[in-house]
Amino acid sequence: MPVSSPRGGISLLVGTMKGAFVLRGGVSRRSWKLEEPQFFGSVIDHVAQDPRDPACLMMGTRTGHMGPTVYRSGDFGATWQEASKPPAFKKAKGRKATGRALEAVFQMTPGHADNPGEWWASTVPFGIFRSRDGGDTWKGLKGFNESKKLKKWAGGEPPGGPFTHSLMIDPRDARHMYVALSVAGMFESTDGGRNWAPLNEGSKACFLPDPDVPYGQDPHCAIMHPADPDRLYQQSHCGIYRMDRAEGVWKRIGLRLPKSIGDIGFPVVPHPRDRDTVWVFPMDGTEVWPRTSPKGRPAAYVTRDGGRTWQRQDTGLPRRHAYFTVLRHAMAADREEKAGVYFGTTSGEVYGSRDEGKTWKCLASHLPRILSVEVMVQP
Amino acid sequence: MKIVLSSHYQQYTGGRAEVEADGKTLRAAMKDLDRQFPGLRFRIFDEQENVRRHVNMTAGGKRVKTLGDKVPAKETLYILGALSGG
Repeated sequence: MPVSSPRGGISLLVGTMKGAFVLRGGVSRRSWKLEEPQFFGSVIDHVAQDPRDPACLMMGTRTGHMGPTVYRSGDFGATWQEASKPPAFKKAKGRKATGRALEAVFQMTPGHADNPGEWWASTVPFGIFRSRDGGDTWKGLKGFNESKKLKKWAGGEPPGGPFTHSLMIDPRDARHMYVALSVAGMFESTDGGRNWAPLNEGSKACFLPDPDVPYGQDPHCAIMHPADPDRLYQQSHCGIYRMDRAEGVWKRIGLRLPKSIGDIGFPVVPHPRDRDTVWVFPMDGTEVWPRTSPKGRPAAYVTRDGGRTWQRQDTGLPRRHAYFTVLRHAMAADREEKAGVYFGTTSGEVYGSRDEGKTWKCLASHLPRILSVEVMVQP
Repeated sequence: MKIVLSSHYQQYTGGRAEVEADGKTLRAAMKDLDRQFPGLRFRIFDEQENVRRHVNMTAGGKRVKTLGDKVPAKETLYILGALSGG
């Protein structure tokens, strides 16, 4: 299918510790312009565009004093409205009961194409919330938030809290969903989120005495490939994995990366049209886990054959003494003929490539710590 | 009662630092405050009705901590964001 460039151009939605930023790259993606910050001073965990209604954006945000909430825009981010009923757990019953309070709306996920106005929010601590009215009111997903199994699956308290992330909806079936939980693993539902089951066979929990457990793994980021919903990839605390659903087992494909680099990282990003192509951004997972670019030399790695081989992509990136991290939501690709690939760093730079990672260019610098990068398309 | 709000909350009050709310208890005052300024209560108390972290409330020189606390109508309730963060 031919790819037609959006006439309004490509922009990046950048969520940072101190506000939301938009980088405009136009149709050519050659020169980029940084706009003034929005929600300056607030933590912006994630901003996502609705592919069903491109003018609609959804933002998960929080401040240190006022707690987390959701804002929505119907005009490509020109104006924003706060949800009238933001995500919140149920109040615990009984005087001595202690209930959970939301700490972050960590990821926003548009619903299935058949369900216009539906959005999903993945939170810290573990929680899934759904809106059916374009993000104005939110309700907890009972089958997940109140599941007794969830307590059993939750293994610990990872840095930053127990993250719910990588919520995925099968484009062929709105009731088929996946979600990833930090230090709990991957889970699948086939009934719209009423019931969930672990999906971890083959993936290791290398930090446990017995790494082969049914749950308790630590996925950092997982994707359902847009070119093949039966092809899953996962960047975990213990390596890079691929699963073809017909096989139902995670296979560690990151071992083909150079041993001096390793296969630890946060993001994994799919090519828009080739199910065998994904990008990762390895970090140092040795000894005390610095979580920065190995040896201070940052590079993306790409596989074009489903993980059998990997190629280093560092042209245009700092050659040495660059000690940043690319967080799990801070890397993204567009859908252009030559896919653009973008990432934001914990030291506040945004890098982009308009040739699928062959060459990189710094698009913005001196921003606050970057938590998320998403592509916005203006038709 | 008179309520004084630090700058954090003024996006909900149209920029006003001082507002009025009716109620003998903090719970009642918060209900009235939220009626006037929708969403503000949830920014002060979380869903378990605990005061959010880094938020201090005082009235008559005493800390106010729970929704059940009584606040005399003659006193001013201060809702302040603590110095925190980086």
